[in-house]
Order: sequence, then C-alpha cells, then structure tokens
Amino acid sequence: MRPGEHGAAGEMVDHLFRRQHAPILGALVRMLGSSHLALAEECVQDAFVRALQTWPFHGIPPNPAAWLTLVAKRRAFDRLRRRAPAPVKGEVAAPPASELSLGDDTLELIFLCCHPMLPPDAQLALTLRSVAGLSTSEIARAFLAPESTVAQRIVRAKRTIQESRLSFDVPFDAQLAPRLHSVCRVLYLMFNEGYSASSGERTLREDLCAEAVRLALLLTRNPATARPFVHALAALFCLQAARLPARVGGAGDLLTLESQDRSLWDAGLTAAGFHHLSRAAAGEELTSWHIEAEIASLHAGAPTFADTDWSRMASAYEALAALQPSPVVTLSRAVAVSYSQSPAAALALLAPVAEDPALARYHLYPAVLADLHARSGRSAVASAHLRRALALAPTAPERELLARRLALLP
Amino acid sequence: MKQYFLFLYESPGLSPGVSPEEMQQIIARYVAWREDVAAKGHMLGGQKLRDGEGRVIRGAQEKSSVTDGPFAEAKEVIAGFFHIQAAGYDQAVEIARTCPHLEFGTIEVREVEPTG
Repeated sequence: MRPGEHGAAGEMVDHLFRRQHAPILGALVRMLGSSHLALAEECVQDAFVRALQTWPFHGIPPNPAAWLTLVAKRRAFDRLRRRAPAPVKGEVAAPPASELSLGDDTLELIFLCCHPMLPPDAQLALTLRSVAGLSTSEIARAFLAPESTVAQRIVRAKRTIQESRLSFDVPFDAQLAPRLHSVCRVLYLMFNEGYSASSGERTLREDLCAEAVRLALLLTRNPATARPFVHALAALFCLQAARLPARVGGAGDLLTLESQDRSLWDAGLTAAGFHHLSRAAAGEELTSWHIEAEIASLHAGAPTFADTDWSRMASAYEALAALQPSPVVTLSRAVAVSYSQSPAAALALLAPVAEDPALARYHLYPAVLADLHARSGRSAVASAHLRRALALAPTAPERELLARRLALLP
Repeated sequence: MKQYFLFLYESPGLSPGVSPEEMQQIIARYVAWREDVAAKGHMLGGQKLRDGEGRVIRGAQEKSSVTDGPFAEAKEVIAGFFHIQAAGYDQAVEIARTCPHLEFGTIEVREVEPTG
C-alpha cells in the first residue's frame, strides 16, 4: 500500500476501490484458502456493495480502506461459520516450511493468478480481474473482446485453481525465479495492451499501464522479488509510461516520437526509470526486458529526436533480435539503422523479412517502408506503401496519422 | 426555514457487473451532492435504512400483531432518507432534483409539520 492510500478522514483517494481489491482479496484468500478464491471475491464484492449502499447516506467513514477490509472479513467469517467446519480448518493452517511468505497479500495474489498451471490468457484476465480490480466489462472494453469470452476465461481459471488446489504460497528459492518470470510476463502483456494504441478505450488503456507500473514497482520493493530482471521490467514501464502524456496532440491526434513535445514527458517517471535501469544491471542474467529498457532509455535521454544515439539504438535492437528473433524487432532495428547509417541500409536489412507472414497484415511495416522510400526521394513508391498501411491500420487515429503523412508527400 | 425529508426509494447503482471503479464514482457523486447541500446550509442529516427486513405492527395493545415486512417490490422500499431544510417546497424539490439518486430510483419529498 502506498503512503496516503487511506486518505484523510472521510475522503476517498482516486481508484481506492480498484486499488483495495487486491489487498483485501489477498487477505481473504489467505484466510479461506486459495481453493476459495471465488468465495473470497464474493466477500470483497459484498463489502463494496455495502459501501455503495450506505456511504451515500452516512458519508465516507474516516478510514475507508480499513472499513472495506473489516466488512469483507466479517462477511468471510459469516460464510465460514455457515459451512461445515472440518474441510476449511486444514487450509487455514500455517503454510508448509518449503514455501515463502512475501508478507504482502497483493504480491501473493499476483503469484496465484499467474500460476503456470493456467494458460497465459487466463493468467492475464484473472490478474486484471482479481489484482487490478477491473470488472469483466472493463477488461472486455480494454481488449475489444466479447465480455462473455473474458468472463469464460476467468471462470475457467478460478475452476482450475479450485480443482487443482493451487497453493497461494509462493515457492521458495529455486522455484521462485520461474514463477516470478511468469508474473512479469503477465505484467508485460498488461502494459503492452495498455500502451499500444491499437484498440479499446483510451482512459482504460492508460489505467492498464498505470496498474502495470504500480504492480512492477511493488515487486521491486519486496526483497524476495526485487531481482535485476524485475528492475529491468520496472525501468521499461516507467520510461515508456513517461511518454504517455505527449503521445496525443491537442485534437486527440496520435503523435509520432519525432513530433512529440518532449517537455511533456513525465520527468518523475523518467527518473524512476533510470534508477531501476541501474539496479537492473546488477545480475548476470540478460533478459529482453533489459534490452527493451535500454532502448527506452535511449529515447528518454535524447533531448530531441535528432539527438538520439541511433548507433547504440541499432546495436540494442540487434541484441534484442539475437535474443528474441522476430520480424517486428527487425522492423524496429531497420528504423534505427536508417538513422545511424542510411535508409538504403535499412531497406537491405528488411529484404529478408519481406515475405514474412507476421508482417503481411501489420500496418507499421508498409508505414516504415514508405518512410524509408520517401527519405530516399522515391515519393511514388512511398505513396503506394502508405496507402497499403492505411488499408491495414486498425484504428481511426492511426489512419488519420497515416493520411497526414500521405498528404505531406511531395 | 422549513424542514423536509427526502425519502429515497431503491438502492443506489446496483446493476449487475458494476465495477469497483464505477461503485466508487457513484459514491463520490452522492458525497459531492451531500457536501454541496451541506455547504449551502440545507443538510440536516441522512440515514440508510437496513435492507431486506422490517416489522409491521397492526392493532393496539394486546391485540397487536407483528409481522415481517414490508415485502414490497424493491422499487417500493425506502432505501434511506435525507433530512434537509429549505425555504419551501420549490427549493426542497430543487435540491432533490440535483441528487444523483434519481438515476437509480425515485425520491419522495415531504415537509415536516411544524410543532408550533
């Protein structure tokens, strides 16, 4: 919990309910056992509904977070009392000695939601629902997915947790690192989903980014989970999120990195990003998050687009491509090379991936080709590629951005 | 100033699938309304009535019977009330009209009969 989360007497801080969902749910799951995740969620929901029904009349209690926790716990005790006492008692017992308590119910809840027994899309949906406190409708809106699909995933994930009796406790030592990687992958998906401008409601997507940042920072503050790759992930999120305020122009139009007003970048987040980047360098392990954070830091450290250290950028993308080969990484590497060397060198780099099916429907591929040809003085070729990009672009703001570029061609 | 009770029928914002964030926003709107009314010197108090149970008593003295109830439909149940003061019905209604509760249910405005 952040300092000041409780707020002053009778006041609610922004996102209090969403933020309190995880710590309260985590405490209840610890109390009831992880096989009762669904029941625990009902108790949290009951507490929120009770607040919704009474606070409008009585006003907000002096410590709203404590009020919600207390009501949810009472509800859980009531439910327990009504159940047969035997089966639940065993689960309330102390965790086996081989397992570690992180001393933070929110973190332990993330570990449960990102359990390797669950498929990745279920891990993500469950984390958004249980940890980030989003409703299925909000998740569906953020992903432009049918609400029923999201609800199904969550229901199935909860059933798996219940039937397999997955443990709430975090594995000790040797098993911790792989489990932590799976947690970080989910946060990475959450952040990217929020950061990409490809679909969904903008405010909700920015909330996704903010949640991913918050949870990654939470991981960096716990001694057991503050591994160098976790710092790398936190650095990446902070440096990327710092640019969010500059990505959209006054008329709601998307702005490219080149045309953003860099004074709008969040200096606090940028500083936090560099801090975590230095902590990330401590270990032996080099993850793709390390390299992506370095790439983000090269943008963050450049006072103007032209001042960007493009040759370091190109090397970083080369390292990323070696670690995690993908045509999309090659595309980004080509952009860096087009500035560090020449558009011709970039086009040569892209020649081998021209037929790659992963790029066939990716609007940024023809958009980059258009840029490379335009800078080489071939307007007609550039225009043809831009038209193709326009046909593939998934959202209106992206189509507008491409149309503006098309209009600017000589 | 005359005194009025605003009886609020139905509970606020209880549609299925409402998210924690939306719940907080609904509460915040009631609280803002309440504070606004209080800042203008009209708010005297408010209470939530407990859902789902009540007692109805009929008949005097030893003939009286007590039954559970009223088990009316949700929209006929008073969820809670606010006690306000206003210059007259017009102003009391004006205040009630701005209450966010009207999105979820109805409000009945009743003037308190002065004792003097």
